[in-house]
Amino acid sequence: MELGNQLLQYLLSGLSTGAIYALIGIGFSIIYNATGIINFAQGEFVMLGGMLTLFLMETLKLPLWAAIPLAVLLATLVGLLFERLAIRPLRKASPISLVIITIGGSILIRGLSMLIWDKDTHALPPFSSEEPIMIAGATVLPQHFWILGITVVLIGLNKWFFSHTISGKAMRACSYNPRAAGLVGIDVRRMVLLSFVISAAMGSLAGIIVAPLTMTSYDVGVMLGLKGFCAAIIGGMSSGIPTVIGGLILGVLESLGAGLISSGYKDAIAFVILLLILFIRPQGLFGKPESERV
Amino acid sequence: MKKELIKYAVFALCILLAPLVFSGNYLMNVLVFVGIHTMLAVALNLLLGYAGQISLGHAAFFGLGAYGSGILSTTYNWNPWLAMTVVALVVGGLAFAIGFPILKLKGHYLAMATLGMGIIVYIVFNEWVAITGGPSGFSGIPNLELGPLVFDSDLKNYYLVWSFVLGCVLLSVNLANSRIGRAFRAIHDAEVAARVMGVNARLLKVQVFALSAMICAIAGSLYAHVMTFVAPPSFGFNISVELLTMVVIGGLGSIYGSFLGALLLTLLPEFLRFMHDYDIVFYGGLLMVMTIFMPGGLVRGIPDLFRKITGLKNKKGGAHA
Repeated sequence: MELGNQLLQYLLSGLSTGAIYALIGIGFSIIYNATGIINFAQGEFVMLGGMLTLFLMETLKLPLWAAIPLAVLLATLVGLLFERLAIRPLRKASPISLVIITIGGSILIRGLSMLIWDKDTHALPPFSSEEPIMIAGATVLPQHFWILGITVVLIGLNKWFFSHTISGKAMRACSYNPRAAGLVGIDVRRMVLLSFVISAAMGSLAGIIVAPLTMTSYDVGVMLGLKGFCAAIIGGMSSGIPTVIGGLILGVLESLGAGLISSGYKDAIAFVILLLILFIRPQGLFGKPESERV
Repeated sequence: MKKELIKYAVFALCILLAPLVFSGNYLMNVLVFVGIHTMLAVALNLLLGYAGQISLGHAAFFGLGAYGSGILSTTYNWNPWLAMTVVALVVGGLAFAIGFPILKLKGHYLAMATLGMGIIVYIVFNEWVAITGGPSGFSGIPNLELGPLVFDSDLKNYYLVWSFVLGCVLLSVNLANSRIGRAFRAIHDAEVAARVMGVNARLLKVQVFALSAMICAIAGSLYAHVMTFVAPPSFGFNISVELLTMVVIGGLGSIYGSFLGALLLTLLPEFLRFMHDYDIVFYGGLLMVMTIFMPGGLVRGIPDLFRKITGLKNKKGGAHA
């Protein structure tokens, strides 16, 4: 295969993994904007999406179209419980306690999944045919199009929710200033809960659409979650387009790095980018620097 | 200060006499690991409990120490003591250098950056097969020697490791009670206020980060020479989290608390062998329960609990009288 075709191939597969990172990153940002918490358990929702769908299909023999919404629902329920049981009792705690509690939560969810299911990796069936499609010399699996399509729809929905619905606007108000939002009658605690619900739903759906390509197991959440966080950092913790671009940049760079440099160091690329961004532009690629409030 | 000295003397005496009470190779071996974990937990506690800076990548420094010593003393035939010293200094210097950009970050961002650093190092251990042996590990590391004495039995290793632990605890207790220790606590409580009072917060934070990394590297060297074999899983993200759990459970900002945390989290899995796969669930649950109900850790939580119980009794007594 000549280099041009090869590059196109890497670009296309990079875009679809990038889309997944973008969805996970938006989940991080939504919770961060509502609460100031980085939810280290975000990746576990992604894992739950894939594993629950698999469980519903294999054990309960549900068809794929029924298993997916049910799995998202169940994962969202876990997100809701997590907020009620772990985050709410600690609202006034220091960032370090919050980091520790979400890490504790993620270990717990991962551990329980390992016990309930197993340690093996499983494949989810693709949403449509497995026949690859040829585009200008590059072979693309139909699942890539599913990923890109569903991501575009989700991002559109997300945009609509935050700019055109009362709840969405209320959540934005909370992210600007929770006290002022409370004063004008917004139930801040409900909005925090809602942010966990939305992130869990988006994360789990991301986990479902990627599972046919990359397989799923009890521990896929760690890496996917961290890379979603990288996407959010590149996007300056925005719950909109900058994080999407962040995810796509990360996905493409990773895919190019894996293809052209070394696949073993693929995961390291994301973290080198993460560190560089944090060191050089902690406000994200597109943000303006903020002055620190004391 | 006198109270601290007595506390330390009692601690040291207990450690030195422990082999008289507990014997058997298996138990000694477990206690060697308690020692290594205590060093790591104390090192992380200096950073997290005193200076208030989180790190989710401390296993990387531990790993660099272990691989550094192992590779230098085996592949390049260096004297193990020399290798240990050089590696500790290099890792300390490295931590000092990356400390400046990394400690500019706060809270969640710092947690993520240290985590990223830890994962990069872990990936290198796995992928740089020619030097590290890759996923199958690096073996044939020599034991440490001191003149005619070769540290090759569990009892000898016990005294080797614990003399390092005692040194490290003494250093930490002294540091915590010095002018620098007070400056750390000021940074922890209010960094801006501390800076206004003339504390060079930035430099101090980087220095404690480097010191903490150095202690971890020494612990890593000891681990390599005691085990004579190292492999990447001993230095992964899980280990960083385990260290964090030890510090939190023992109590942030308490040196002896870290020992307690290390003791508990090293012994428990040994006693809970029958539920081997459940230990990860146990860690996660323990972390959450402790942060919610006992944010001060065992060293503060248990006296509080005790006071609450006796307080309740007194109240009852008062009502009856």
